[in-house]
Amino acid sequence: MTFINYASREINCKIVYYGPGLCGKTTNLQYIYDATAPQAKGKLISLATETDRTLFFDFMPLELGTVRGFKTRFHLYTVPGQVYYDASRKLILKGVDGVVFVADSQEERMDANVESLYNLEENLQTQGYDLMQLPYVLQLNKRDLPGAVPVEDLTYELQKKGEPVFEAVATTGTGVFDTLKAVAKQVLTELRKT
Amino acid sequence: MAHSPFILQEQEFQKLKTVLARLCVECVARVVFLVDRDGQTIAFNGEIGDMDTTSFASLAAGNVAATNSMAKLIGEDGFPAVFHEGERESIFISVIGRSLLVVVFDERSTLGLVKLRTKRASYEVAAILEEASKQSQAFAANSASAFADITDEDIDSLFS
Repeated sequence: MTFINYASREINCKIVYYGPGLCGKTTNLQYIYDATAPQAKGKLISLATETDRTLFFDFMPLELGTVRGFKTRFHLYTVPGQVYYDASRKLILKGVDGVVFVADSQEERMDANVESLYNLEENLQTQGYDLMQLPYVLQLNKRDLPGAVPVEDLTYELQKKGEPVFEAVATTGTGVFDTLKAVAKQVLTELRKT
Repeated sequence: MAHSPFILQEQEFQKLKTVLARLCVECVARVVFLVDRDGQTIAFNGEIGDMDTTSFASLAAGNVAATNSMAKLIGEDGFPAVFHEGERESIFISVIGRSLLVVVFDERSTLGLVKLRTKRASYEVAAILEEASKQSQAFAANSASAFADITDEDIDSLFS
């Protein structure tokens, strides 16, 4: 839920990166963190296992500047992708303002993408959201890998409602900021309706 | 669709700050935060030093969300309060509806004192937040938002 503080002139929004295990959600956040000026970001918090798999969530606050005199701060979260962390994923979706679905372009991960997308819709519903009404962007990650499924095929399988689709290589930053910008824009556009 | 935004006006913000300031003194606390359950800081009072308050709020909310889910697994509706005891600093969190009152204190205070004072402050905070919530809904319904005429250029300028 967007929090607008008229006293401190701040807008706070929550964006969640969702997707199957090892698709690159944390890598997206890591790239944004590394590429952002120190004054625009807080700490990157990672609640991870000893093998660096996300256990609960990754989190980083990002300040983008001011709009209509209000400082805009985006709280970026990732969820753990592994199937057995579903309870954690549900919790992180609470209060979400926008979602990025990070798909893994490798053919052998296609089933995992579909399963995770279904899981996203289901978990959003349990929190009282409808994916079709929520600011939402699809990112096709790992485009650099040799076994990457053609963009048209992935889009056909995974696009839900004509949402923006971005090709990405999160390790090098390709498409990472385009994805963030697209979802942030949709979230801020929603504010017009308030 | 995303849930309606929560809009906090100056008057309610100052009322909350006053309650937090008093609670901070009464508890002999280092710092007192009011955080929403989505992990965003609403207000705070006290000595934060170089503490990353944004991350702190996010982790406090994650902590309460996780312990509440654990509560449900053992047949409880939720835990109204959570306490973490450290060697020097401790954290007491009281759940107030959609918000969390978080008190950070050290050996100058005691858990008993913090619980006692926090309980009273919780009623005041709940009443102010209820009023703020009503105002937020009325404000949104009146379309008096500063963002109603936000333009694509305004949004694009954030990314330039």
